[in-house]
This record gives sequence, C-alpha cells and structure tokens, in this order.
Amino acid sequence: MMKKSVTAKAFAMLMSAGFVAGCSSTGETVEEEGYGSDVAAIDQDGGSTVYGGADGDGVSSTTLTDEERQAAREQAEQQALRDITVFYFDFDTSEIKQDARDVLVAHARHLADNPRTQVRLEGHADERGTKEYNLALGERRANAIQRFLIVNGASRGQIETVSYGEEKPVVRGATESAHAQNRRVELVFK
Amino acid sequence: MMNRNRYHNKAQAFPVVLWLLLLFVPSGAGAELLIRITEGADSAIPVAVVPFAESGSLPAGDKVNSIVQADLTLSGEFRPLDPSKMLSLPSERSEVYFRDWRLLGQRYVLVGKLSRNGDRVEARYELFDVNREQRILGETAAAPVSNIRSLGHHISDRVYEAITGDPGIFSTKLAYITLTGEGDQTRYRLQVSDVDGKRAKIRLESREPILSPAWSPDGKKLAYVSFETGKPVIFVHELATGKRRKVADFPGLNSAPAWSADGRSLLMTLSRDGNAEVYRMELANGNLARLTDHWAIDTEAAWDHAGRGIYFTSDRSGGPQIYHMERPGAEPRRITFGSRYNARPRPDPVGKYVYYVHQRDKSFHIARTSLETGEESVITRTGSDESPSVSPNGRLLIYATRQNGQGVLTVVSADGGAAYSLPASEGEVREPAWGPIMK
Repeated sequence: MMKKSVTAKAFAMLMSAGFVAGCSSTGETVEEEGYGSDVAAIDQDGGSTVYGGADGDGVSSTTLTDEERQAAREQAEQQALRDITVFYFDFDTSEIKQDARDVLVAHARHLADNPRTQVRLEGHADERGTKEYNLALGERRANAIQRFLIVNGASRGQIETVSYGEEKPVVRGATESAHAQNRRVELVFK
Repeated sequence: MMNRNRYHNKAQAFPVVLWLLLLFVPSGAGAELLIRITEGADSAIPVAVVPFAESGSLPAGDKVNSIVQADLTLSGEFRPLDPSKMLSLPSERSEVYFRDWRLLGQRYVLVGKLSRNGDRVEARYELFDVNREQRILGETAAAPVSNIRSLGHHISDRVYEAITGDPGIFSTKLAYITLTGEGDQTRYRLQVSDVDGKRAKIRLESREPILSPAWSPDGKKLAYVSFETGKPVIFVHELATGKRRKVADFPGLNSAPAWSADGRSLLMTLSRDGNAEVYRMELANGNLARLTDHWAIDTEAAWDHAGRGIYFTSDRSGGPQIYHMERPGAEPRRITFGSRYNARPRPDPVGKYVYYVHQRDKSFHIARTSLETGEESVITRTGSDESPSVSPNGRLLIYATRQNGQGVLTVVSADGGAAYSLPASEGEVREPAWGPIMK
C-alpha cells in the first residue's frame, strides 16, 4: 500500500554524511523466530485507528488539547519520515548512514505497532565490480537494514530480504550520480 | 596411397562429432553477435588459406575457406593472406609451388577440395610448411550440407593444432546473456553461439535477470542463476532437451555456480546459514558441504586446475580479494595484493595463471597473476571490464565490457595482444562463458 517515493530532496538529504551505524555486517545469524509468537505478543487492537465515514464536519480544532496537537504533529512527522523508503550506501559498504536512522526507527515503530504489516527489503549495488560479489553486497545491505529494524522493534517474521545485486539499477549510466542512486535498499510494503 | 589411408580413417571418426552437434535441437534462433576485429598481434604467423576447389552442387553462402580464414584471424595468432594476392589457387599437393608462397612471405599453405556426397559435404584438405616444403596435415572431414560452419571450424581446429601444438577452440561454444528493452519490455536471454558469434540460439528468455552461466565439463549442460521466481535460484539446464532442474533454492542467495571437472558437483554461493559462503553440492543427491566459514562475503568460487582446491573472492581483508584454498578445509591464502578490488577468479586450464577483475584508479580491468612468480599484469585496455572466461586451450580470454555505453563481449589473447569484440545486434550482451572442447 505504501509506495516508495524517491524524491530528489530525500535523496540529497540521505546522501550527506557518513555515520557508521553500530550494525555493520558481522555475519551473526539472527535466530529464526516463530512468526506466530511475535504476533501474539502484541495487542492487535492497540496499534490501529478506525476512522468514520464522510461526515467529518463535526471535528473542530478547538476540541484538541495541546497534548493531542503534539501527538498529531508527531504522527504527521512520523508519517513524513516513513514516506522515505529508499536508503543509500557508499561504494562497497553496507553501513547505514546517520541521517537514515530516524527514518528507519520510524519504520521499525510502525512495524512494531502494526504486526500484520509485511515489508520486503530489496538490496542493490551499482554496476561497478563483479555481478556475483554485488549480489552478496546487496544482500549484506538488506541484512543491515533488517537488523536495524529488528533492533528497533520490528519482528523478523515481518521482514523478508532479497538481493538483486547490480541487475536492477534505477538510473542507467556510468556517472557517479547514477552509481550513488543505484547503491540502495528499497523498503517495499505489501 | 599412404595418404589415402589417412583420409579414410579420419572420415570415419569425424561424422560422429558432427552428429552429436546436431542433437542440440535449437530452441529458437537468437540475434547473432556481430564481430569486429580491433587489433591483431604483431607476431601473427602468415598463412595462406587457398579457396577450396568445389565439385557437385554445394550450398551457396558461407565458404569453408572463408570460415577457416576468419577463425585463424580471430585467434590473433595468424595473419591470413588476402586470396586476391595469391599467385595461384592450388587444391592439392601437385599444384603447390613452394617458391611462389615463399615469395609471398607465407609460412603455411592450406589447400583443399569440397565435394557433395548425398546430403553431406566432404572436404579433403592438406596443410604445407612452406620453408620445409613438407605436408604436415592431410585429412578428410564431412558434415551435413546444412552444417558448413561446423566443417569450417573443424578444419580450423586441425590446422591450429598442427601448427601450434595446442588444440583449437573454433568448434567450441560461447554462452552469454543478452538484455534488451526497458521497463515491461525488458528481456534477458540466455544464448549459445559459435565462438565467432554466429549461429546464436536462445536457450532461456525471462523478464527477470539471468546471470552466471557455467558450462558442464562435457558441454551438454549449463548451470546459471535465474531470478524468474523473484529471487536468485540456481538451475541446471540440459541443452539437448531443454529440460531444467532447480538445484538450489534455499532462503537467501543461491548463486555463482561452478562445475567440478567430473561434472558431478557444483560449487555455489549460498547465504542459508547467515551470509554468503561457498558450498559444494553433489548433484546426484543434493548433499551440501560448506567450504568457507567467515563473516565476510565469500563467493565466486572456481576449482583450481588440479581440481583439488578452490579460488574464491572474499572481502575478509576489508575489500574483495582473491583467495586460494589448497583443499577443502585448509586455511585460505590471499593471492592478490595489487589493488583494493580484485574479484571473480578464473584459473586457466594449465595452472599457469589466474585471471580476475581488477580495479586500478577508477577503472575495472581484467588482470592475471602468475601462479609461479606471483607477478600481476593488467591485460585489458578497456574499462568497466567484467566476467573473464578463459578458452579451453588457455590461449584466449573472453570478457564483458562497455563500448559507447553498451555492453559488448571482447576476446583477447591471454597476454592481451590481439582482440576482437562481439557486440549484440540489439541491446547489451554480458556474462560470457567459454564452453569446453567437445570430445
């Protein structure tokens, strides 16, 4: 339902800085967990809000308290963060950039709050270097994002990963800009 | 009369080879690769391939001597004489005047005759050493009328071997992937062609990526990675029947297949146990043995020429480098140090060199390291070079590169001297794999 939106602004924002996240590749195996037990552990009614039909004119801003306004603002901010679903990497690395962290935390919270939501992490590399190594590199990037989401509250059963290596560039061409946009992990929500 | 006997012995042996080729029922005609010879080696041997005399009704189109001439040229080791410069056009020994050929600076002369025999074409051909005024080859070969190119390539192989002592590779096949279209129109095609790019046949077509084709040692099967199910899965594809089998479909990566010399097992990269590691799978029962164990990426494995150990790529030192494991379970030894990116090792068949993708400055080239001295040399002058594959006689190397933004295949002599390129007539071509010499 949520579609990725690769805006130039988001891209520029994410391309800056090179913070080394604490979850660079370590090859530790994340324990296989039963999907069912994860779901049962969370209150399934707690995370979702049901809105009524078209007769919405009864709501007026004067009825909102400061706390409610604050909550609404935070929710809007979280929503805005979650509009970003593509995360970029430096050449031959799988380190999550510093300014991707808030966005990923928002995604992790959303996944934790919505245990039925499923996401597919698609790892990619730029065309430089060998195809098979890039396939493994794309997987390592997807795994880095996966670990980050799990550490921040998502459950393993909600996430699947796949690597396309250098096979599915978003931008064709041999420019540094094309390469930078192709080194990515895309979050695809189902 | 002695010569006659030799003709007949060969005539009996050869048809078997061609009939085997015929069993490879084409599943679809592919777009042929074009051929563009970019440079020849300075040391190329002058050889005269005289147009063959013809009797009986022979098919129009490809001439056997033209095919031989083109083959010898693309090897980079020969410089065939333009037939228009020949002083005579002999077709048998009694017509060969060595003095004339010496005058033209030729080292060898190939002459021959073609005749029709039912639905087959028979070639009688003789190769002469001009300086020694000796015949060094005299044979007969036959092929179905529809298979003139196979006949030409066979003669090229025989001539090449008679002169160099190494087997020729002109009858071998290339496998590669073409890519055309964008968006919904994207098509990946696994194709097999002759080494000159002719007679291409599509073996698999998919909207999703296909990569890493690898020939079985008997040349009858290809293993490859296909994303047709949405993730990388290894298939083994029998060329004669088109039958395919999923051999590895584990969670995570299933990639980089490479055959053992006996054709019974595949090396492969799997991430089922956490991250990319090299495994060996017995094809008969699917049993897996894990060969590497490291938190780094380990992939792109290939058996060494002795078939005892493996070469593979690992980034355990921080960036991808080539490692050799003497036997399964031994401590891997790093063999590349010249730059920060060295990957996808491919050893030659004689154990002298290992070839790989090598980054220098901002470009990717194919380099090789001598296994004797450890000395590294960069052998390609193009950039964006990938997927090296060594010919079965160790003399040539094919790799993928880019020309004018399009993916093309380039063949170079193993020392980088001579070269020809094989662009696709449409779209990109990549991931070449040089097939074995068919017995």
